[in-house]
Parts: sequence; C-alpha cells; structure tokens
Amino acid sequence: MQQVGTRKMLVTFITAGDPDIQTTVPAMHALVAGGADVIELGIPFSDPEADGPVIQAASERALAAGTHFSDVLAAVTEFRRKDNATPVALMGYLNTIESQKDFASRAEIAGVDALIMVNLPPEAAEEFRQRHAGPKLDLIFLVAPTTVERRITTIAQAASGFLYYVSFKGITGADRLAVDEVAAKVAIIRQKTSLPVCVGFGIKDGATAAQVAKIADGVVVGTALVRIMAETEGGPVAIADALQKRAADFRAAIDS
Amino acid sequence: MTKSQGGRGSGSNYNQPSQDGHFGVFGGRFVAETLTAALDELADLYSRMQTDGEFLRELDHDLAHYVGRPSPLYFAERLTNQLGGARVYLKREDLNHTGAHKVNNTVGQALLAKRMGKPRVIAETGAGQHGVATATIAARLGLECDVYMGQEDVERQSLNVYRMKLLGARVIAVQSGTRTLKDAINEALRDWVTNVDTTHYIIGTVVGPHPYPMLVRDFQSVIGREARSQILAAEGRLPDLLVACVGGGSNAMGLFYPFIDDVDVRMIGVEAAGHGLSTGEHAAPLNDGTIGVLHGNRTYLMQDADGQIMPTHSISAGLDYPGVGPEHAYLKDIDRAEYAAATDEEALEAFRFLNRTEGILPALESSHAIACAMREAPRLAREAIMIVNLSGRGDKDIPTVARRDGISL
Repeated sequence: MQQVGTRKMLVTFITAGDPDIQTTVPAMHALVAGGADVIELGIPFSDPEADGPVIQAASERALAAGTHFSDVLAAVTEFRRKDNATPVALMGYLNTIESQKDFASRAEIAGVDALIMVNLPPEAAEEFRQRHAGPKLDLIFLVAPTTVERRITTIAQAASGFLYYVSFKGITGADRLAVDEVAAKVAIIRQKTSLPVCVGFGIKDGATAAQVAKIADGVVVGTALVRIMAETEGGPVAIADALQKRAADFRAAIDS
Repeated sequence: MTKSQGGRGSGSNYNQPSQDGHFGVFGGRFVAETLTAALDELADLYSRMQTDGEFLRELDHDLAHYVGRPSPLYFAERLTNQLGGARVYLKREDLNHTGAHKVNNTVGQALLAKRMGKPRVIAETGAGQHGVATATIAARLGLECDVYMGQEDVERQSLNVYRMKLLGARVIAVQSGTRTLKDAINEALRDWVTNVDTTHYIIGTVVGPHPYPMLVRDFQSVIGREARSQILAAEGRLPDLLVACVGGGSNAMGLFYPFIDDVDVRMIGVEAAGHGLSTGEHAAPLNDGTIGVLHGNRTYLMQDADGQIMPTHSISAGLDYPGVGPEHAYLKDIDRAEYAAATDEEALEAFRFLNRTEGILPALESSHAIACAMREAPRLAREAIMIVNLSGRGDKDIPTVARRDGISL
C-alpha cells in the first residue's frame, strides 16, 4: 500500500452490504472514481463496540439485508474484475475473522490486501497471523491519543501497510478533532516508523480533511460517506453518484 | 483479596490468569487501542493496592459496615428435609446492602476510582442490580454516575430503574442491537473510550478485557472465603458441592475461587436454559456455544457461523447475556467445574419452592442455582454438604412472576 507520488492518500470507508450487497461494488468503484486511493470495506458486525451511531446503523442495515461474510468477499472479487490496482482493506472485529475457515486464502483469492482489526492488540498480532491472517495480508494497526511512546514502537513493528492514527478519544463519527494535538502526536509517530501515517475519526468535511492532509500522509473518511449511504434515495446508481461527488470533494480539499 | 485461598501468591497450584490476562486460551485484552492505557493504569493500581494496608483496611471496613458482611451461611433445614438428600446451605448474598452480591465488587472498584482521581463512574446493568450497586456507592462517595441499560431491561426492571434515579444516577436506555445487557456493555465501552480521562468503568461481572475478570473475581471472592470458614465452623469439614448461577459469572467465581485448590469440592455453575437448550432460545454459551471474542475477551459465546452474536433469552435479565466470564470457560475446559442449565420454568418453580419452604424470596437469577440444587440434592447422600449461592433477593422480580400468573400489580 503505497502513496501515489507525493499526493496524500484518501482512504474511504463504507460498510459492505449497506444498505444491500448490490450497492457495495458500484459504491467502491464510485469512491475510486472520485479520487479514493484505498477502500476500507467494513465487515458488518452485530456488536460494533468502537463505532458511533452512524456506522452502527450501517452494520444493522447490512445484517438486516442478510449480508454474510461470504458476500463481503464476493464483493471484493467482483470489484477486482474492473479494478486490480486500488488496495482494499477489510475493517472489522476479530470475532468475524476467527469464525471463518481458511480466511487468509479466501481473502487473498478475492483480492483483499489488508486487514484493520479494531480490537486486535499488537501483542496478539503474530498469533493472529499464524492462525487467521496468513503472511501476505497487511495488518494495519490503530494508534490512539492515549498510546504511550513505548507502545507506538510495538505497534509499528507489528504493522504493515500504514499506521492509522485515531485523532481523538472516542468513537467513529464524533466531532472532536483538534488538529494541533494530532500534529504533535503524528510527529512523534513519525520518529518511530517509516510507514505512512493516515489520520481518521472526525474528518467530516473538506476543511478538516485539508487541515489533516497537511500534517499526515493520508486522511481516512468514514462516517461522512456512510451518512450518504443512509440518506440517499434512488438505489445503487444514485448512491454511487453521491459517493463519487463526495469523494471528489475530499480529494480536491486534500490536494489543495 | 490477599488472604484468599487459592489466590495469587498463596502457594496455590492454580495461578490464573497469566500476566497478560489469559486463562489458558481464554480472556486477554481485545479492545480499541484508546482503552489500553486506562486498562494498564487500572491493572497497575490494582496490583499495588493488594499490598496497600490503607486500601485493604478501607475495603474491609466498607464491606463490614456498609455492605453488612459477613453474610450468613444459612442451613436450609426444611428445604433439606423436603429434598431428602444433601444438607443444603445457602450463602445469603441477598442480605447484603442493595440486595445482591454485586455490591462487593462496586465497593472495591469505587475505591479504585477514587484512588485514580476519577470523578465519574459508569456501569452496564441487566437486571439492574449492578446498576443499583454502582449508583449506591457513587452516591456515598459523591461520584457522578451514569448507568447503561438495554431498553428491554428498562421495561422489565422498572423498579430498579427508579431506584437508580433516586440514588442520583442517570439511567441511559440503550436502543441498539438486541437492547439488552450486551448492548449496554457496548454502549458503556463507547462512553468509556470517549471519557476515559475522567471516568472509570465499573464492569459488573467477570467479563471484559484484562484486568476486569481477575479484579471482579477477587472482589467477589469474599463470598467464598467467608463460606469456606463458615462451613468449617458449622460442619468441621469442606462441602462436597458448590452451586451458583452463571450469567457473566461473578457470583459463581466469587464462591468457587477460594475452593479452587480443594479438588474434592465439586462446583456446578448453572446457566439459563431459557425455553430449553434444544430450542436455541437460551443464554447458555458454556452448554451450547462456541469460542469467540466479545467485549474484550475470548470466551464461549452464543454466535452464528459468521461470528454474529445471537439474541439470547432468559426470564432473568441478569443471566440474559450471550457470553460468559473467560475463567468459567477455562474451568470448564480443564474439567474443574461443571456447567449445568435450568429453564425459565425450573427457575420459577425453584423461586416458588424457596419462598414456601424457607420464607426466602430469591432473585430469578439465583433461582436457577436453587433449581440445580433441587435436582442435585436428592442424588446425594444425607451426609453430603452443598452450598448454594443465593446471590440476590427477588423483590425486583415480583412483577415479572406476577405477570406470569396473570396478575398485574
């Protein structure tokens, strides 16, 4: 997972199967068309304890529509028919991955590049690789405002792909971003790793994205996009159009 | 805490959990990164407090003068005679202040919160007993208190909801997921991750990320320590069997743990079989679940093939939880404890039976343990000794039972 030249990475999150699985692949292509560099595809989970109400509701919609894990992988497979370049990271909770037989080989065949496990601590990374993730997938770890320096080193050693800095103490979608504090912490993280550092949580519009892009290698946008999934009427085509426009807004803001 | 039989540093053969919070393959700390620092802080403080004379004195004082410990170990003579087998003793946690074992843990954790200088505590609650116990201690220590409770439980435990409000706590009804205890825990975790600098999360049972399962067990072990010395005083020997209900499993761990090295003492944890284990509508992951990760630890869960947590059912809100404490999962796998189950109907029958034979009103949760005792006692010799943990009193359940009788109060 590399930066394209010097441009900052735009990492976009949607939940697979939200509001139904037919929408997912068109939505992924639309995000790329709008300028996304990485797709984070959320795996719907019954108990998303680190997520705010918007992404919780996305999980509930996806599960209510009957989305299974096999559908999530099938969506990636279909996405890869037209797009073999854009990295896809699955994001979710450990219990999903641990429930799957042959997860690693199935994910690789589908074309998954990376995993972001919200509740996987770096101490358990090696065992998780051996039992579930396999050697090839990137494991992207989160660093929090409360993470002490010694631990940043531990996390950086376990991580590959990029490091995901959680911009504030809280759940996804909250509105508490303080750019100065983020800048200070990102500077510390950079001393510990050569991996790109992307910042997420609380990036709600072009202005916040532009501010964060100045201090990080990339921005992660989730709740702002998931809101579109919930609010746009007119089916997959309308949702894809709206997502592409919104992604393009973020792209323009971080390139400005 | 430090004096526990079968505890750390007591020369016990049983040395669980490991330094990083594992009970065999179970337990651990699987949480959002933001919480790691707070869990480290809690584990460090707790470890220091185990040799802190002032803390231990304060805890002992509160348990004696505020909770009202020791609780009696009561020989249930009429119950024993009617069952016609083992001598049944009841450990009367229902007589504690606030009416259940939950307060043993909240007293301890609130003292930790005070030491950490955190002015606010939060809790999850199912039946409302842990919420009441947390609100109670928060009132006494002048801490701000918010309690998360699933909307469905708010409706079926309205008495406890009002009680928490009287105590000055805010009760937040959780509308997400299945709107029961598991969703209340999710919401409490979300609150904690947001307010971690000012807030201590008082988890009410032996679940959650390390160090919670250990810490809650240790605070609840006062039950088993007392029961052990009380039965030695009454009978001159250890019991043959311990019985306790298991939702998350804190009252059971509290009773079992001080007996863990006494390998001749059988232990039975009783899960909620709801409408019956074969119906799938129950809350018995140790009987009918598979291993997974939820709420920060690896344990047995009620889940489907995709790892989605399944809705559970029990007549008792306090047992209506799809997971179970990781130490119980471990005790099951090493065959140190057995895990049985009682249906809603069996629990109701036990509820009525104890009322009529002993004049004791048990909580519906504890009634599951009584139901198991009614099954086991007749199978045992008359010299056999059984201790049943009567974990809470049943005042809160009277409306539920009355409704089943077609009576609206």
